[in-house]
Amino acid sequence: MGFPVDRLWLIPLLPLLAAGAGALTPRRGRTFAAGVAIAAMTGALLLSGRALAAALVDPAAHRYHNFTWFDVGTAPLRLGWLLDPLGAVMLVMVALVGLLIFVFSLGYMREDPNGARFFCFLSLFAGAMLGLVVANSLLLLFICWELVGLASYLLIGFWFHRPEAAAAAKKAFLVTRIGDLALLLGMVWLYHASGTLLFYDGDAGCLAPPVLAALAGHSVAGGLLLSTAIGLLLFAGAVGKSGQFPLHVWLPDAMEGPTPVSALIHAATMVAAGVFLVARVYPLMAADLAVAGVPLHALTVVAVVGAITALLGALVAVAQNDLKRVLAFSTISQLGYMMLALGVGAWTAAIFHLLAHAYFKALLFLGAGSVIHAAHHEQDIRRLGGLAPRMKLTFATFAVGMMALAGVPFLFSGYWSKEAILHAALVWPVSAVPLGAGLAAVLLTAFYMTRLTAEVFFGPPRTDHAGGARESPAVMTVPLIVLAVFATGLGFLGTPAWPWLQSMLTGERLESRPLVEHAGLTALSVLLVGIGLGAGWWLYGRRPRASQAARDPLAVAVPRIWAALAGRLGVDEIYAATVGRLTRMAATWADGLDRWIWDGVVRSVAALGRFAGLLGQQADEDGLNAGFDGASGHLRETGRAYSRTQTGEARSYLLVLAAGFAALVLWLSWGGGR
Amino acid sequence: MSPLAICLLISCGLFGVGLAGALCRGNAILVLLGIELMLNAANLNFVAFWRFGPSPSTATGVVFVLFGIAVAAAEAAVGLALVIALYRHQRSVRLAEAVRLRG
Repeated sequence: MGFPVDRLWLIPLLPLLAAGAGALTPRRGRTFAAGVAIAAMTGALLLSGRALAAALVDPAAHRYHNFTWFDVGTAPLRLGWLLDPLGAVMLVMVALVGLLIFVFSLGYMREDPNGARFFCFLSLFAGAMLGLVVANSLLLLFICWELVGLASYLLIGFWFHRPEAAAAAKKAFLVTRIGDLALLLGMVWLYHASGTLLFYDGDAGCLAPPVLAALAGHSVAGGLLLSTAIGLLLFAGAVGKSGQFPLHVWLPDAMEGPTPVSALIHAATMVAAGVFLVARVYPLMAADLAVAGVPLHALTVVAVVGAITALLGALVAVAQNDLKRVLAFSTISQLGYMMLALGVGAWTAAIFHLLAHAYFKALLFLGAGSVIHAAHHEQDIRRLGGLAPRMKLTFATFAVGMMALAGVPFLFSGYWSKEAILHAALVWPVSAVPLGAGLAAVLLTAFYMTRLTAEVFFGPPRTDHAGGARESPAVMTVPLIVLAVFATGLGFLGTPAWPWLQSMLTGERLESRPLVEHAGLTALSVLLVGIGLGAGWWLYGRRPRASQAARDPLAVAVPRIWAALAGRLGVDEIYAATVGRLTRMAATWADGLDRWIWDGVVRSVAALGRFAGLLGQQADEDGLNAGFDGASGHLRETGRAYSRTQTGEARSYLLVLAAGFAALVLWLSWGGGR
Repeated sequence: MSPLAICLLISCGLFGVGLAGALCRGNAILVLLGIELMLNAANLNFVAFWRFGPSPSTATGVVFVLFGIAVAAAEAAVGLALVIALYRHQRSVRLAEAVRLRG
């Protein structure tokens, strides 16, 4: 069954068209917009399935279709579509998880008056992510990457009338922008160094061995290879998008969006983009491994950042009281796992975990959405409780997701993907840090998920909202059931005994290995999961919280550590005190510069003008005007004096005439004028 | 005393009476009368200078006087019209009240 690669653009186009239709739909056309979005997603899913089938025919082949977008001078700027197993499994995952979330949203957003807008943004989000997956050009990937960022901004701030949501959307946009800037720099550098942004283009693509060898052959400052520098810049973009330490701060705040949005961000679209990017450019990231005597490998940084993130996220998740925030920090932790896997060289394990995580995290978020929906938007776990008997389906599926995330052995997908990562970390020669962090996170994950489940579903209902909760409608529970099936079943595609997924992704037929390769490691991780589950049960399940005011047992035992974890280790505060304050100082400085220096110049010029005007006015008034005023005043005085002789009495004129005449006669008769 | 001097003295007195009348009377009509007297004094001078002058045969003085009388008549007509207009304007012909042209 062939799938024409040059028609690959149809897959992202369908949701994008649905987004356009949704944008043109008036507010009351909610059903229409949702129908179009779901239909488009279904179409995209079917096409993705065909694409996956086509990719499976020859997994080793990278089939691409390149075309010229426009010419820059004499150089053509080329974009392209790429179909390979990595992209194909991502396509199916994004389309399937996206479709289920869309269907769930039908129920969750039933009462929201802006449903048409919501489905428009959801479609844009999914379409952008699908475009990102099929892109054969870093530029096209970057365009879709930014579209994903835009859609996440719009969706996190969907309830923009709430100040927290607006702030969270802004924060997500700005924090990811820091990474995007690095990604853009890396992209420009890559284009400068290799002359192309296409991933695969015969021998000329930037992931082709000759180009990679050239990139790894140059060194920039300090012995750092060119490929390492570019790889680290691209990775910085992934750090922002995938919520890695230290740019993870936006992800918990993104919980202000509607819950289906959280599910989409955390499972299928936004955060997966970063991991996918690193997996896509993996040959570039790994190019420096072939060169001896390099001070720093790009993948080492990836592994260390991933390890820190995995541990940090799991630690902070222990002490959160918001249902969605626990899940958010668990996502950060799991993304750290994926990055860790990429860093230690097991990129197939990373993608395996990405896929598995997409299903069970979507399941957990939608389950949380079902709980929140039923409990009248109550999402503080201290104010929930006792939901297991009231919402049996939600509880069962949530438990499946929880066990998959916790890595309960053998039955759930999370176990297999996590085992694959831990094994890769074990054989990583550079450092034991990733392994240690990964094992610690295994323990913590099992612990906080048990705590979360126990707090939400067990014990007495602690508020009327929790007590009055009823099971959600079928439109919300059916997606949960489908996701639960995938959250368990997907794991069997990548077990060591039958590494189908790994074989497909690498395009090589991998040997079947025993189910338990390193018995010690497997035993240790299973033991840690058991300890985590047991400790969680002992602290929270055995004696469920009785009232919402009761203090957490851990908070009682280790109050200072608890406070630090509940405060998210103060990362936000550190940023507020450093970057935030620096920014504010710079802003104050710029404000002062603007207000006093530039404005001062303008003001002094204005003052000079005003002064010149004043001088002119004075000269005019005191010089010219005074002269004319004086002259005319004098004239007036004279005129007034003369006008006094104009008595208006004819006889007085006559008298003067007569007197003058008499004087003339006298003058003449005395001999004057002679 | 020659007849010319007598005539000139008479006309001088006549002019003085007319001038005094024009200056002193408050009534506009009487002022006009004074002016007529002054004109007649001038006419008398014309006749006297002609009659006792170097060439009494030519009738130059008489012609001057005829013109003078005609001018006086026209002046009287204009003057009376002014007086009537003044009366219509301020319901009296007293010159002391007609001071609206005062500066």
